[in-house]
Amino acid sequence: MKRIPWLTVALGAGIAFLYLPLAAVIVYSFNASRLVTVWTGFSTVWYSELMGDRQIMAAAATSLTVGVLSATLAVIVGTAAGYALSRFGAFRGRWLFSTAVVAPMVVPEVITGLSLLLLFVAAQEMLPFLPGRGIATIVLAHASFTMATVALIIQARLAGMERDVEEAASDLGARPFTVFTRITLPMIAPALGAGWLLAFVLSLDDLVIASFVAGPQSTTLPMVVYSSIRLGVSPKINALAALLVAATAVLLGLAALAARRGASLQR
Amino acid sequence: MTPVIRIDGVTKRFGDVVALDGVSLDIFENEFLALLGPSGCGKTTLLRAVAGLETPDTGHIFIDNRSQDGLAPYERPVNMMFQSYALFPHMTVAGNVAFGLKQDGLRGAELAERVREALARVEMESFADRKPQHLSGGQKQRAALARCLAKRPRALLLDEPLAALDKHLRERTQLELMTLRERLGITFVVVTHDQDEAMGMASRVAVMEKGRLLQVGSPRDLYERPDNRAVAGFFGHMNLWDGTVSTGDTVTCAVGAVSAATSLPAGTPVALAVRPEQIVLHAAGATPDSGQLAGTIADVVYGGTVSTYFVAHGATRIRVVRQNGAGPALERGQAVVLSWPVSAVRVLPS
Repeated sequence: MKRIPWLTVALGAGIAFLYLPLAAVIVYSFNASRLVTVWTGFSTVWYSELMGDRQIMAAAATSLTVGVLSATLAVIVGTAAGYALSRFGAFRGRWLFSTAVVAPMVVPEVITGLSLLLLFVAAQEMLPFLPGRGIATIVLAHASFTMATVALIIQARLAGMERDVEEAASDLGARPFTVFTRITLPMIAPALGAGWLLAFVLSLDDLVIASFVAGPQSTTLPMVVYSSIRLGVSPKINALAALLVAATAVLLGLAALAARRGASLQR
Repeated sequence: MTPVIRIDGVTKRFGDVVALDGVSLDIFENEFLALLGPSGCGKTTLLRAVAGLETPDTGHIFIDNRSQDGLAPYERPVNMMFQSYALFPHMTVAGNVAFGLKQDGLRGAELAERVREALARVEMESFADRKPQHLSGGQKQRAALARCLAKRPRALLLDEPLAALDKHLRERTQLELMTLRERLGITFVVVTHDQDEAMGMASRVAVMEKGRLLQVGSPRDLYERPDNRAVAGFFGHMNLWDGTVSTGDTVTCAVGAVSAATSLPAGTPVALAVRPEQIVLHAAGATPDSGQLAGTIADVVYGGTVSTYFVAHGATRIRVVRQNGAGPALERGQAVVLSWPVSAVRVLPS
């Protein structure tokens, strides 16, 4: 294909628009100066200071815990939903169910966060023995919207998988549960992995919903970043942001790899 | 003799499409039955209904006199080989074969022995540790076959077993399936759209069209004594002439009055069927005993052993097959006389 110069320029401008701010954050995280906008020399001092910050480290631990737990929950519930959508035929209420499954992806985050907060408050009023807001409520909130992504991934994977392999297993004497665990699950394993990683990244990145449902003792990383910026930007936050970008990029890369492996496994 | 599989008035609809329309068929011990028909005729649906993968809307299926109503595929004593082979991609060939046996509770040395035995039967022992994606088409077919046979089913259901193979492998596999069936003494039910395949393999053929059974019989029965136009036209070539029964065992049709053995009353509309190889060609002026008809050779297609002649009689073209060298050479445009024995004429409902 012939190269058209201004198309290349437009592409370059687009990429710059998207990634220059990120690049700036990463570059300035290695700045020796305390001032965010003045470059004085290369240093990794902000990274070591970040490691020494107990509040940030605690938030990182919270975010990772929430991410792992909510992604796992989302994979379990999302797989069940995706399986039902692609394998149970035209059951009663299928349309309502499929709409309900993807709704969390299009409902504004503020609304989701607010409604979940109201739900948790009401639940605790009715059942006072429940623990207050904290990691558990963030996990539930995150799983409720990341499971939609997982359900779509699993549904797409199952739709592309011929039913005859599962039918053959049934014909060979396997009961439905055995067919699901021994045949279906192993065949969609790459999609499960991709779904888990995506759910984890979505959870790690979420600020709005977590802010609504978090308790006083459960601050996630995005919440720390956001609140510290209001007190002026510290280069420490640049270092944290650089690490978050790197982690997200690696995880998304892994998810794409897992999805591709799944596709190639299917002949 | 009680049948292994009894299909009794089975009907199945998919939306507005009638896939099976009141099909009844008995399949017996030790036979090789072919379900033959064009795609969409319901043959695969019938096979899947026997396996339990489709539930009939009405009618029943019995295996060994036991009703299969409400029984899931995993509760039925038959196994199916899928057209795609449907091997488990995440298991080795041996793992695939062992899967079905493990469902029966087999473990340890007995399991290993049964897997080995099944693989040996199809000469696949050396591929036991391969994954399906590293097998050729023919090897996949054998692995799928071994997986079914290991279960020692009452009947083996094969959905287009040769369709995915290339031509020269197809012929060999066809013979192998026949020997395998004879050695094991298991009933085989095979679905195919290829009449040569059905005729070559099966001891009995059930011809289907639009969800109905047209005729069931040995390949010879179907070829020589078809019951209706569809079956007559399905196997090989057939000269078909529409006509009406006249008095005195004669049918008046497109080529004139033709003698035919029929007990139908005069005036009944019928179709006459005569195989091209049953018609004898004579030079013009000959006076054969029966079924005389004069015509002109409109076309000759040379085919090595035999040649096909198209003889024009009025507006009708009659197909005749003659062994080459069986008489004087006949050229295009030559006037000829055709004859055939009365027994060669088949009277079919129109």
